Amino acid sequence: MKEAALEQQQIRVAPVATTTRRLTWLEPVLYLSPSLILLSIFVFYPTLRSIYLSLYLTNPLGKPKLFVGLQHFLSALTSGAFLHSLWVSLLFVLYTVPVGMLIALTLALLANQKLKGVKLFQLIFSSPLSISVATGSTIFLMMYNPMSGIINHFLSLAGIRPVHWLTDPAWALFAVGLVSIWMRLGFNFVLMLSGLQNVPAELYDAARVDGAGSWPVIRHVTLPMLSPTLFFAAVVGVIHGLQIFGEIDILTGGGPAEATNVVVFQIYQEAFQKFEFGAASAQALILFAVILALTFLQFKLGERRVHYQ
Amino acid sequence: MRAVKQALLYLLLGAMALLMLLPVLYAVSVSFMAPHEIDSFPPKLVPSGLYLANYAQVLRSVPVARYLLNSLLIAGGVTLGQIITAALAAYAFAFMNWRGKGLLFGLFMSTMMVPWEVTLIPNYLTIRSLRLVDSFPGLMLPFLATAFGVFLLRQFFLQIPKEMEDAARIDGCGRFRFLWSIVLPLSRPGMITLGAYTFLATWNQYLWPLLLTNTPQMRTVQIGIRFLMNEESRQYGVVMAGVVLFMIPAMLMLLVGQRYLVRGLMAGAVKG
Repeated sequence: MKEAALEQQQIRVAPVATTTRRLTWLEPVLYLSPSLILLSIFVFYPTLRSIYLSLYLTNPLGKPKLFVGLQHFLSALTSGAFLHSLWVSLLFVLYTVPVGMLIALTLALLANQKLKGVKLFQLIFSSPLSISVATGSTIFLMMYNPMSGIINHFLSLAGIRPVHWLTDPAWALFAVGLVSIWMRLGFNFVLMLSGLQNVPAELYDAARVDGAGSWPVIRHVTLPMLSPTLFFAAVVGVIHGLQIFGEIDILTGGGPAEATNVVVFQIYQEAFQKFEFGAASAQALILFAVILALTFLQFKLGERRVHYQ
Repeated sequence: MRAVKQALLYLLLGAMALLMLLPVLYAVSVSFMAPHEIDSFPPKLVPSGLYLANYAQVLRSVPVARYLLNSLLIAGGVTLGQIITAALAAYAFAFMNWRGKGLLFGLFMSTMMVPWEVTLIPNYLTIRSLRLVDSFPGLMLPFLATAFGVFLLRQFFLQIPKEMEDAARIDGCGRFRFLWSIVLPLSRPGMITLGAYTFLATWNQYLWPLLLTNTPQMRTVQIGIRFLMNEESRQYGVVMAGVVLFMIPAMLMLLVGQRYLVRGLMAGAVKG
């Protein structure tokens, strides 16, 4: 009796609509087609088309005219402008990713306490999520004004002379970086807080029972348990940092003296101001390769250090 | 001692919060300042009164309502489109089987790897050749499908027990009806998450609308802000009034949908 019942449970109920084998792919295709068609037109095709365009000299309308093979790639990697923009982007990532993560982590540690009203602080710390690139950049454009901006005003109270944040090649990238860090703080904070809240309380209790103080707890419990989050924040941060555009467009326009000419801004100028679509496509593909390489590198480096449950 | 530690924590939290909000608070402050207050040296931090002329000016010279409407329609359209296309595709991946399914799913996911710069130029050329520049379809089409959405919704759909599907089949429930009446309602958190994330991301889009909009009529909020400085010839009071007006929808979105936004951002991020 029992065996029969068990057997019945294991029998899969046959589909009500038993179509012939030829048509079993019809249904998935129907459901997949909107996504598939759109992705084909706007992701697959453009990727291939970019590769195709990158091998040609194009006219200002985007039509390929002359096959030049890898010429665009070679000149991009040996010329001043694109190479320089790669360097600027890498510098930018170096400025903004570690600092941004550190600040977010500190905020998350502070806000992850059982304190009355802490939810309000958590909301405030995540508020940059609602600031768009255009909004944040415009506000900072005003604050960075050398004469009337409040940043220089605060500095002057400490006796520091006015800094030409956006027009001094030595400071421009740093200034844009600061804006970017602030705008990303919302996302990074939410990420860190989420990671912190996923650390099992028992681990902390065990550590305290063993008599560990605050700092050793952070070093030996919090950070290892947080390492997947830190890793994710770093990878996503680098990918994002290499692709910034709006901040540059609003704050500096790529200057002064190409000091903030990041890769995407360079590609934008090449394609939509110089109308060199072929060369710009090659540059975009190089950026793709750089992103892949850096991501792969991070995975390789992180493999050993990241502690998974 | 505990009280001291708590007080210190509150102080630190308060200081950090103030620093973080400073840009926004200052923007609001400036938006209410009269021109002579803004130009005063040293710069003032707080306006002496509520000078409303800045807001009047920005509403007069900049089509604020139009920009907001454009952004709303585009973000709303893309969000709806993504939810529909992703739900259909995720349903196929979660509940159907066919040869090459794994490969196709891999293909879908691979599209997430390609940075938008690579697809940007051909997409621009495509939209231009379709004469859709400066139009709503042009601004929305490339973003109506999403591998991320498919991935996210598939995760939610997979949580629906097989028995439920079997029971529905026995009762004669067709494929689509099962999706519509059972799967979607059960996956509402997932769809709201995708919706909140997509809406905000589309609302904040910058480069694509910059390339595609030529006339002020079609500009989105972000591009409107970008050109505020030009149009108001550096009258910071008016510019900040515009910025504040355009910030309000996003802030409202954050206040209302914070839970879902956060969940959307964390999708696949942290284990557990």
